[in-house]
Amino acid sequence: MKIVYTDVLVIGGGLAGLRLAIGVKRRGHEAVILSLVPPKRSHSAAAQGGMQASLANVIKGQGDNEDVHFEDTVRGSDWGADQKVVRMFVNTAPKAVRELAAWGVPWSRVRKGDRQVVINGQKVTITERDAAQGLVAQRDFGGTKKWRTCYVSDGTGHAMLQTMSDQAIGAAIPVHERTEAIALIHDAGRCYGAIVRNLITGELVAYVAKATAIASGGAGRVYRVTSNAVICEGIGSALALETGIATLGNMEAVQFHPTTIFPAGILVTEGCRGDGGLLKDVDGHRFMPDYEPEKKELASRDVVSRRMEEHIAKGKGAKNRFGEHLWLDITLLGEKHIKQNLREVYEICNYFLGIDPVKDWIPVRPAQHYTMGGVRTNHTGESPTLKGLFAAGEAACWDMHGFNRLGGNSVAETVVAGMIVSEYIADFCDRIDNEVDIPTPLVHDFLRREQGKLDALLAGHGTEDASAIKARMQEVMTAKVGIFRRGADLQAAVDELQQLLVKSRNIGLHDRSRGANPELVTAYRVQKMLKVALCIAYGALVRTESRGAHFREDFPRRNDAEWLKRTLALWKGEADTLPSLAWEGLDIGAMELPPGWRGYGAKDYIDNPDTPKRAAEVEALKAKLAGAPRFAVQEALMPYESLLPERFRGRNERIDEPIEVAQ
Amino acid sequence: MNDATIKILPIAKSPNGGPNADSNGVPSATPNSGPNGDTVRRKLTISVLRYNPQEPSVPPHLQRYDLEEAVGMTLFIALNEIREKQDPSLQFDFVCRAGICGSCAMVINGRPTLACRTLTKNLGTEITLAPLPFFELIGDLSVNTGKWMRGMSERLRGWLHMKDPNPDLRRTEEKMDPDLADKIYELDRCIECGCCVAACGTARMRKDFVGAVGLNRVARFRLDPRDARSDQDYYDVIGDDDGVFGCMSLLACHDVCPKELPLATQIAFMRRKMVKMAWEKP
Repeated sequence: MKIVYTDVLVIGGGLAGLRLAIGVKRRGHEAVILSLVPPKRSHSAAAQGGMQASLANVIKGQGDNEDVHFEDTVRGSDWGADQKVVRMFVNTAPKAVRELAAWGVPWSRVRKGDRQVVINGQKVTITERDAAQGLVAQRDFGGTKKWRTCYVSDGTGHAMLQTMSDQAIGAAIPVHERTEAIALIHDAGRCYGAIVRNLITGELVAYVAKATAIASGGAGRVYRVTSNAVICEGIGSALALETGIATLGNMEAVQFHPTTIFPAGILVTEGCRGDGGLLKDVDGHRFMPDYEPEKKELASRDVVSRRMEEHIAKGKGAKNRFGEHLWLDITLLGEKHIKQNLREVYEICNYFLGIDPVKDWIPVRPAQHYTMGGVRTNHTGESPTLKGLFAAGEAACWDMHGFNRLGGNSVAETVVAGMIVSEYIADFCDRIDNEVDIPTPLVHDFLRREQGKLDALLAGHGTEDASAIKARMQEVMTAKVGIFRRGADLQAAVDELQQLLVKSRNIGLHDRSRGANPELVTAYRVQKMLKVALCIAYGALVRTESRGAHFREDFPRRNDAEWLKRTLALWKGEADTLPSLAWEGLDIGAMELPPGWRGYGAKDYIDNPDTPKRAAEVEALKAKLAGAPRFAVQEALMPYESLLPERFRGRNERIDEPIEVAQ
Repeated sequence: MNDATIKILPIAKSPNGGPNADSNGVPSATPNSGPNGDTVRRKLTISVLRYNPQEPSVPPHLQRYDLEEAVGMTLFIALNEIREKQDPSLQFDFVCRAGICGSCAMVINGRPTLACRTLTKNLGTEITLAPLPFFELIGDLSVNTGKWMRGMSERLRGWLHMKDPNPDLRRTEEKMDPDLADKIYELDRCIECGCCVAACGTARMRKDFVGAVGLNRVARFRLDPRDARSDQDYYDVIGDDDGVFGCMSLLACHDVCPKELPLATQIAFMRRKMVKMAWEKP
């Protein structure tokens, strides 16, 4: 048996995983990153549009700060988010952009003076301040009051990932590429690493670590139509689930992105709409103002996606041989802007659709895009139930997105969570009582068990086809657990997914080679993916309300009286076919922003009896502190700074908000 | 792309016959829409150069797969269909399937490019696929570009060397000229797909050549005022025949780059700077 020992085992080599590893390394701990693919190929690279951080450099961002970013994020989440975590996030996001600026990200910069932009379909001239010349620029995105999204042309995630990966190489952090964690090693409520399969040779190796961090991204590929890369199969979440101890939070909260090209599902960035692009129907009519007079194309993603589907259902979709879609019109932005600032969009249209977005409209339709749920963690990023297991980024339910994430907040979360959680992991590793004390025979047991499962697949007499099961799961999820959900459909989905899970325990392989074997990989992954899919579908079935991206046609109202709580899924027994669900309530009495109307979408919701009381408290506190600095007001409403690692505390400087920093 | 470039490309010399060079990139396809908009489905034959180093007893060979073309079919769709319905053992790499991650570079009808954004309708009915040469073969169409890229990056010290490794993150970021930021991003658009190295004449002869991808990385950091290094430092890593002086200016890298990076210009520029450096050396 081969055992690799390290301080911190990071599962996933995207932005979150890389930043975690760099963070713990800076604190003197060794880290090993496991990655299915070379890190620069991770799905983080697909974040085209940008990263939210309230720098307020551009004139349309003037007045932006942590408070505004906080409110936008909580409203976006439909009050599902942990507000203290949102506060930690919004205060660290500007520091993250500035750290990346120092590390090499070529952020697009502000040019002083006049420039022409498109706002609400009109060409408008805005004037950038002299003082902003050369600072990091921001663009408009959905669900935000200010222009807050920092960007690198439309290759933001790519550029961030280049820099982050380069810095990890500079820090001599080993990345074990083409390896895959297939089970966590744990004993008595403590996680000790993972059993890892080499995807080239098929060899199993045990990695034993003081701390294990899951940063493996989302689970989009449980759906048939998704913008996600093919590696986003939710395996990291499944690993945590399969311990029977760690929980997954809010898995039913799944985001559908309004603009993916039809029918391939490839993303075209929200920056298209942020920069002034319009959504049009079969008649060429701009329909979003009819539904959302306030935010129009730039309401939050859940709202825009629903409005689009609603409009198609009214018979207003354009048709092509694959079905119905709507149009994204960016022609009004002009050739120069498209080729400079939306170049990936230009290339995607050109290569995959054979159209020129300078002249042609882009056929789009919503597709699965983001997994708000994930491994449930507390504010330090650690699982509350499995000690030594951490999670960050899309794989985690930290929980700053609640039931809908704002565009530009995910790529920001990867880095911010990487920064914050790495400090807490380093603290964890510093404590002497967290030394690894697991006996090697126990490690051996885990390895033997996993080898046994693979052997059973390779040598067994199963008859089910892994690809067929996977395809059917994806079809069921897209057809029945999509944007509009109904009890009967969800029940049918849960029933069929359970049958598929049972079938997946009887998979037979055509290819029995032990080394690189794509069919074997599909087989053991689909067994895990089905568990994740069941957490999504079952959670959606039981949640009899609509909140954020989770929309029940049979329960269309948000119901704070009964459902202002987070779903926790636990997989108790290996032979089970359903997760056990439990709920953790959100404490209205501690909220800085008590539940209310989001400012877009439905105004109709069922209040929680505690909300008016807290709302009155908040108003009274604000009145009492009228004229006090905003930081004092915030502190009085919901203190959070002590939750941040010391390294990342403190204010953020802005053109209009200079700070005195004592050295 | 000209014929001279094609000739230096590593066209597969398989025992079962090479690819149809005449169909290289030329859409000899019949239109796939009939007069009534009905689909006239073409029959495609995809020949894949197969070899699994873990099973050396099976020699490299071309394997043919027949399938029906679908509307909007890319090689991503085609290869997955083959794997799901015909041959579960076929190895290849896709990640983003949107032309942005660089995983799926392979030699398509003799030319290295990204498979995921190659539409079959732009190819003839006979398509030949081979793994990128030069890189370590994992199996069939899968090659270990990641391992090579990491090694190259370590050799070239391919990360920004910060002037101040601990900037005060509370402070406003350092300013940068907006045009310069755009220029740096232009070079940062590289996706490390490996096409430039696979198409490179020098790389055929020098196994340690850093390739256009490496030289472009150095040019990117040299352009960046945040990097603390001098031309002397860059000379130390690329001032030899495995670096900028190994380039023979055959320009295939420039021709095949899927991101259309100005590779030839960058290499020429770096060579001039490095010659100057060598000339002025004490």
